[in-house]
Amino acid sequence: MSQLLLDVNGLTMRFGGLVAVNGVNLKVKNRQIVSIIGPNGAGKTTVFNCLSGFYIPTEGSVMLKNEQIAGLKDFQISRKGLVRTFQHVRLFQKMTVIENMLVAQHRHLNTNLLSGLFKTPNYRRLERDAMDKAMHWLKEVDLLEFANREAGNLAYGQQRRLEIARCMVTQPELLLLDEPAAGLNPNETKQLDELIIKLRDEHEISVLLIEHDMSLVMGISDHIYVIAQGTPLADGTPDEVKNNPDVIKAYLGEE
Amino acid sequence: MTTNKFYNAIFAAGITFILACLMIGVKLDTEGTTLAVKGATTEQWMWIFGGIGVVFLSQLFSSQIDSLFGKMPKPKLGALLPEEKKMATLKPWLLAALITVMLIWPFMVSRGSVDLATLTLIYIMLGLGLNIVVGLAGLLDLGFVAFYAVGAYTYALLSEYFGMSFWACLPISAGLAALFGFLLGFPVLRLRGDYLAIVTLGFGEIIRILLNNWTAVTGGPNGISGIAKPTLFGLEFTRRAKEEGAETFHQYFDLSYSSSYKVIFLYLIAVLLVIFVVYLINRLMRMPIGRAWEALREDEIACRSLGLNRTAIKLSAFTIGASTAGFAGAFFAARQGFISPESFIFIESAIILAIVVLGGMGSQVGVILAAIVMTILPELAREFSEYRMLLFGLLMVLMMRWRPEGLVPMKRPHLELKQQ
Amino acid sequence: MSEFSLYLLQQLINGLTIGSTYALIAIGYTMVYGIIGMINFAHGEIYMIGSYVTFIVIAGLVSMGVVSLPIILVIALIVAMFIASTYGWTVERVAYRPLRGSNRLIPLISAIGMSIFLQNYVVLSQGSRDVALPPQITGGWAFGDPSSFEVTLSYMQLMIFAMTFITMTVLTLFISRSRMGRACRACAEDLGMTNLLGINTNKIIALTFVIGAALAAIAGLLLGLYYGVVNPFVGFIAGLKAFTAAVLGGIGSIPGAVLGGLVLGVTEAMTAAFFPSEYKDVVAFSLLVTILLFRPSGLLGKPEIEKV
Repeated sequence: MSQLLLDVNGLTMRFGGLVAVNGVNLKVKNRQIVSIIGPNGAGKTTVFNCLSGFYIPTEGSVMLKNEQIAGLKDFQISRKGLVRTFQHVRLFQKMTVIENMLVAQHRHLNTNLLSGLFKTPNYRRLERDAMDKAMHWLKEVDLLEFANREAGNLAYGQQRRLEIARCMVTQPELLLLDEPAAGLNPNETKQLDELIIKLRDEHEISVLLIEHDMSLVMGISDHIYVIAQGTPLADGTPDEVKNNPDVIKAYLGEE
Repeated sequence: MTTNKFYNAIFAAGITFILACLMIGVKLDTEGTTLAVKGATTEQWMWIFGGIGVVFLSQLFSSQIDSLFGKMPKPKLGALLPEEKKMATLKPWLLAALITVMLIWPFMVSRGSVDLATLTLIYIMLGLGLNIVVGLAGLLDLGFVAFYAVGAYTYALLSEYFGMSFWACLPISAGLAALFGFLLGFPVLRLRGDYLAIVTLGFGEIIRILLNNWTAVTGGPNGISGIAKPTLFGLEFTRRAKEEGAETFHQYFDLSYSSSYKVIFLYLIAVLLVIFVVYLINRLMRMPIGRAWEALREDEIACRSLGLNRTAIKLSAFTIGASTAGFAGAFFAARQGFISPESFIFIESAIILAIVVLGGMGSQVGVILAAIVMTILPELAREFSEYRMLLFGLLMVLMMRWRPEGLVPMKRPHLELKQQ
Repeated sequence: MSEFSLYLLQQLINGLTIGSTYALIAIGYTMVYGIIGMINFAHGEIYMIGSYVTFIVIAGLVSMGVVSLPIILVIALIVAMFIASTYGWTVERVAYRPLRGSNRLIPLISAIGMSIFLQNYVVLSQGSRDVALPPQITGGWAFGDPSSFEVTLSYMQLMIFAMTFITMTVLTLFISRSRMGRACRACAEDLGMTNLLGINTNKIIALTFVIGAALAAIAGLLLGLYYGVVNPFVGFIAGLKAFTAAVLGGIGSIPGAVLGGLVLGVTEAMTAAFFPSEYKDVVAFSLLVTILLFRPSGLLGKPEIEKV
């Protein structure tokens, strides 16, 4: 029995009188791809914000590898191995692809002022390692040839892949992808498909994704959670969810 | 169409008249204990009507004027420099030539020019320091003058009460200024842009008020005078040695006393400090911290999601910028021999900010150019000295409207991945 | 009542007086910030110009032989409001409107430049020295024991309270009842949407600046008469303090600006009662820093949620 990587219980987020997330439960095991789906405005991104520390949840517990992370700050949670992407790609547009990859490794580098000024051996070694890792991941997502190009000059699909590569270079254990397929054409979506599966199988991380693209979701998910208006509606394997009458009602309305 | 323009022009002229009629047209005069008003002189009224006329005409012919400006090419100062590849090989030679000129030049010109150059170098240092905070890290600091003051008073006090030499105090001044930067930055750096600006302004004022009122230590409004000048390995640059047994520069080298030696010596120290600061900043931009500053400026939320501690990163920029101001402050105190809170008013912060903004935020070359222009221009236009601040304010408004990216827009050194 | 509590009461009265004028200036800051999200750095200078115009008109009318004080003050008020509003409108038109939409730093720097320009403009046209006006409204009430401590409420102070109260009432009625006022509120909520609904947001923004300037002019008249002295640099400190008041009360909220102004005024007065008066200004700034650190949304503001 694999231990739970992420265990979320009773996650609730209130903004004044508005309840955006109401008692959401999630479980993600190691090497799993889990999807969250639901009609628009269902509070899915808010869930992500709560998990990743951008919001402090009003109630609930979030356990990452048996450690409570609810209430921690965003960058602290990121350092614990949970990284996320955003609905709109957030790259450092004016910096090059390779620089984006290096910034992500900031805390693995020697940030000591004097070491940098005097270019100590340790400093240089860590810079080299970071460079190697960056190149490795750029190769994985097929972007190595664009290493010196400004991130803002890439095609949207390439930017998405760069964002994922940038997350991966931080050595996470859980990757949260917020609508990664939005704005991608079918070809790019297929590439994204394969990339996510590769991440699970070859790099042994788990992926939690929010998506609207049903073919993507049904095709690669090990488990699916359905959320409507911030409240959990159903969960199960793709087949179970596909045939769940409540889910069908939520998406298509009453007969 | 033209009638519309005509009404616009009349309206604009009317506005100008309203603005000017009382504020310029009437002068307040205190006659004894009563307040009296005096009409402005005929000459002044000519100026007012001239101004109204200009506004009227410029509104009437606004479209023609716009197209005229549109046809004028925008000065691309960056294009004056040769292209990248050639620059890379030329650069070391250019730098060497520049440094040589800077070292030799003072021996060939008047004392006044060298003195002016030293003042310019101080502003260059301050501009580069604030550039780290505003240009590289994107934090708007309106109270930079506070760190300048800390550096100056640190040297002044250490020199007066403990007789410490300039060279010993230099790192201490920088360190103390950095400490203040840390203490100030720690609570306020998480504030939003314009709030941060006001809070730093407030801190700048608090420091000045404290310096002005803590008379026991800082001498209050009278400041501290008689600050020792820097020495060259113990050789003083004065006519007679201060203490028994100490030697002066001209005695040691068997020369007759000339005050130029002191001025040139100070100039050379300034050059040294500026070179150090420039080197430091160049290194920083190529280090992880420099990349982090840029990333933070670009997208703070992305940084947070990648595990970067934005407060620590902002704090580093703030602290390093502050320490640079500390350097400048110590040197300033040494050069002047006398400091008072009057030298550290808000306007100084505004001037340094203007240097950074006008030079092109982030661009070192731009900041240096802007500092030179800001310091030398008022000297060249002596007759206009009373209009100096007025034009300064006007310049800031105009630059923001027409060239907000500054004289030399920032060109970041990009990290290149060398293909194997 | 003990002498000490009478002394405190006096400080309270003084504090509320000054606080009311801070409130008037603060409203200008808060309205502009609420609608276009920028700090009008030059607002303090508008207040200063209002003071100068007041002095000019009063001195002019007196020298022309006008004797009736109410008439003098009414004319001064109208002229000051008119001219200050013109300045406010012009500043927005020339220094801010062309820069709308660019990143935050640029309008702020333009505003700083404008502030410096206006200060030195007045230095050149009116001189940098203090200009004094003999007290126009004298006398007042006193109560307490003449032998220990007397609390005085001067007519000038009374006038300040009355004018501030009237102004607030008029403004509140305008904002809540009139069509223009509704448009102002709509713009403050969502500028883009209001624009799409067909309202000329440029006009509304200009109106906001004009209202703010008019209020600053009133404050300029009141404080000019109260202190009896003006110089080109009074706008800087007054502006900072008024901004502090606006933030204290919750930036964007008009009642907040009023509350903030009063709180700041009283705090300052109480500090001056027990510490050397130079430290008064330190109080204002320290209050600002404290508020921004612990409750950035201010006393009456709503905490802002950052959208990710």
